[in-house]
Amino acid sequence: MNFVYERFLGGKNGALAIAILAILILVIFPLFLDAFRLNLVGKYLTFAFAAVSLVLLWGYGGILSLGQGVFFGLGGYAMAMFLKLEASDPESTKIQTTPGIPDFMDWNQLYELPWFWIPFESFTFTLLAIILVPSIFAFIIGYSMFKRRVGGVYFAIITQVIAVILTVLIVGQQGYTGGINGITDLKTLNGWDIRTDSAKLALYFINALLLLGVIMLSKFILTSKFGQLLLAMKDKEDRVRFSGYDVSNFKIFVFCVSAVIAAIGGAMFTLQVGFMSPSFVGIVPSIEMVIFAAVGGRMSLIGVVYGTLLVNFGKTGFSETFPELWLFLMGGLFIAVVMFFPNGLAGIWNKYAPKVPFLRPLVNSSTNAETKSAPAKIESESTIEPESTTEGAKS
Amino acid sequence: MSYFSRRKFLGKTGALLSAMVAAGFITSTAMAADYPTAEVNTTGLAVTDDTVTVGILHSLTGTMAISETGAQEAEKLAIKQINESGGILGRQIKIIQEDGASDWPTFAEKSRKLLRNDKVAAVFGCWTSASRKAVLPIFEQENGILYYPTFYEGLEQSKNVIYTGQEATQQILAGLDWVAEEKGAKTYFLIGSDYIWPRTSMKIARIHIEKVLGGQVVGEEYKPLGDTQFGSIINRIRLRKPDVIFAAVVGGSNVAWFKQLNAAGITSKNQTLLTLSVTEDEVLGIGGENLEGFYSVMKYFQSLDNPNNVEFVKAFKEMHGADSVIGDVTQAAYLGPWLWKAAVEKAGSFDIDKIVEVSRTGEIELDTAPEGYVKLHPNHHLWSKTRIGQWNRDGQATVVFESDLIEPNPFPEGYQ
Repeated sequence: MNFVYERFLGGKNGALAIAILAILILVIFPLFLDAFRLNLVGKYLTFAFAAVSLVLLWGYGGILSLGQGVFFGLGGYAMAMFLKLEASDPESTKIQTTPGIPDFMDWNQLYELPWFWIPFESFTFTLLAIILVPSIFAFIIGYSMFKRRVGGVYFAIITQVIAVILTVLIVGQQGYTGGINGITDLKTLNGWDIRTDSAKLALYFINALLLLGVIMLSKFILTSKFGQLLLAMKDKEDRVRFSGYDVSNFKIFVFCVSAVIAAIGGAMFTLQVGFMSPSFVGIVPSIEMVIFAAVGGRMSLIGVVYGTLLVNFGKTGFSETFPELWLFLMGGLFIAVVMFFPNGLAGIWNKYAPKVPFLRPLVNSSTNAETKSAPAKIESESTIEPESTTEGAKS
Repeated sequence: MSYFSRRKFLGKTGALLSAMVAAGFITSTAMAADYPTAEVNTTGLAVTDDTVTVGILHSLTGTMAISETGAQEAEKLAIKQINESGGILGRQIKIIQEDGASDWPTFAEKSRKLLRNDKVAAVFGCWTSASRKAVLPIFEQENGILYYPTFYEGLEQSKNVIYTGQEATQQILAGLDWVAEEKGAKTYFLIGSDYIWPRTSMKIARIHIEKVLGGQVVGEEYKPLGDTQFGSIINRIRLRKPDVIFAAVVGGSNVAWFKQLNAAGITSKNQTLLTLSVTEDEVLGIGGENLEGFYSVMKYFQSLDNPNNVEFVKAFKEMHGADSVIGDVTQAAYLGPWLWKAAVEKAGSFDIDKIVEVSRTGEIELDTAPEGYVKLHPNHHLWSKTRIGQWNRDGQATVVFESDLIEPNPFPEGYQ
């Protein structure tokens, strides 16, 4: 029990932060938002998976990936392929030249289901694919790059290029992928109509619980020795290497984990929004995910969830209220955050909460707990002394 | 003296104003009283005793904004004109506008907001097929009604959509027939952007060319959306010397495509080219000099010479500026609110099911459409004429051919 408390929740303060987040998304939102807004929040929370994956990869690992949309998309497409096959039964597609295949294949003169679609008729296979396809893909990318010691800005550019390639591939091969329209008109999951309000509510809770689970798992990873090594690598990679660790293996591992987390978000996105399209795979969504993490505070697993929610609420709210001005307002928000709060929402909290008497005990105890479990975790990375970090990792 | 006359003036205008208000009030209450809200709105739409709320959902930002601006301007013009002529069932139309931001999921989100939270009585919007596909399940689930203005690939007929643009066969078959007859064309080169609309259009075109016209397709090429390198395709065109280039290149690619054709010396002097995707809006970007002498097949051109159109062009320019141009989709978008008005008045109700029911009788028609008389087919598409325009240097087209009214056929047998 104590093990779970310290490692999965991150001590007293971590547990409190998770509890507050859980109350917010599991109790307050469902109580106070109507079905439409709740479904929107559900959609935002699927992006939070990608933001959490970036905390591991970028915040702690120091590896900036501008291609998280690729993994979000792989997870989303795997789920969409299963749902599309279920929606394309011969009865509802009887006006097609070839009934029983997805409608866009029929429009593109395909007369039978392509081989790689066939396994997606199985739900078990689909669930496995959501985990395995992104991790294998991430492994291949990670292995070929980290083993050659490609890192930093080169890695960021290459991941971005991969996002472009995948988008072009999906758009170009529209007979197999649905092209620029994406995979639309998804109806049921194993016979369960996912378009109804009750289904959306259920999916919202599944999504929220999965997100909390992923956050706790990430916490566990970060409070382990592996988490300390990650930080050490970020600060002084050579030192870790000379200490006898194979740095590239750790990087490959964290890249794969972050890919799987993003993919789970993608799959939940498809379920809640009802379609998947290449506009979640390319550069723009991938960079948006980085923005979510930056606004929330890339060193904070909980902070990025709030960051994602804030940015998306802003996007929806501004665009509803000022349809012609909203992009400028969003731009203003990003500039303000980057200029005044380089550590994001989490940074604001850590800086100002101690000054409020009523919040002080909460913050102080938290800092202690964090220091105990992860000596290297300090809010502002600029103050990190390479010496102390490496020692923390060794000890 | 001056005080007195001003007062007199005020008094007179005041009396005039109050008389106008009273008259307006009386007619509108008389009208609205004939149609009590409880009876014309049984499903809880945003209809009150004197207003009805509709949604406009187009991209105001992003890559599609340039194309969709005209459509939403035309819809606003139509709504303004309807309001000035007394509204619908005695109710003034209010607009809630949302930005689809050239992003299909945003379209889905905003359409759900319009239907579910705002309870709008109708939505005028979407441009690309992708955005329509994204919102379609939501309109079907929430039982809303969408007036969709773009010419498109067909293969769709939803209860909850009225298609005011042409479906593929209306646009393509008449155009190919004309070019075969008028230009004696035997060999065709097909080129399009790589997505559903050009692919479906070319599929229909190929079947028509090979089976009906007895011609030959000597090349069929697709370029990714946004691609600007047409050199290798232009070389192939030179090699195969087709009688006709039949093109459906869209968006930014269009500009590169025509400029590179021109630079390669392929102009209307030595090559017939018929395109499905150039309207007055696109010409602004491509430049009239690059298009001069080429043909577009559309149902509407701004230069159409009929009283309805002259009036429409004048009103549009008054509202949106003398430099604005009106393309095919803009005109089709203008029809949306009018067709909705006709359906609501015929049904005597704002209920979606009743509007759909009367729309399916085949009796909804408009004499006042700028493109000329149109009629709604029970399959939710419009009977319309197809025209061929030859582009001039000034960016306007001369209409060289006009068909009879063509029946819409979104699921053409033998063409799939």
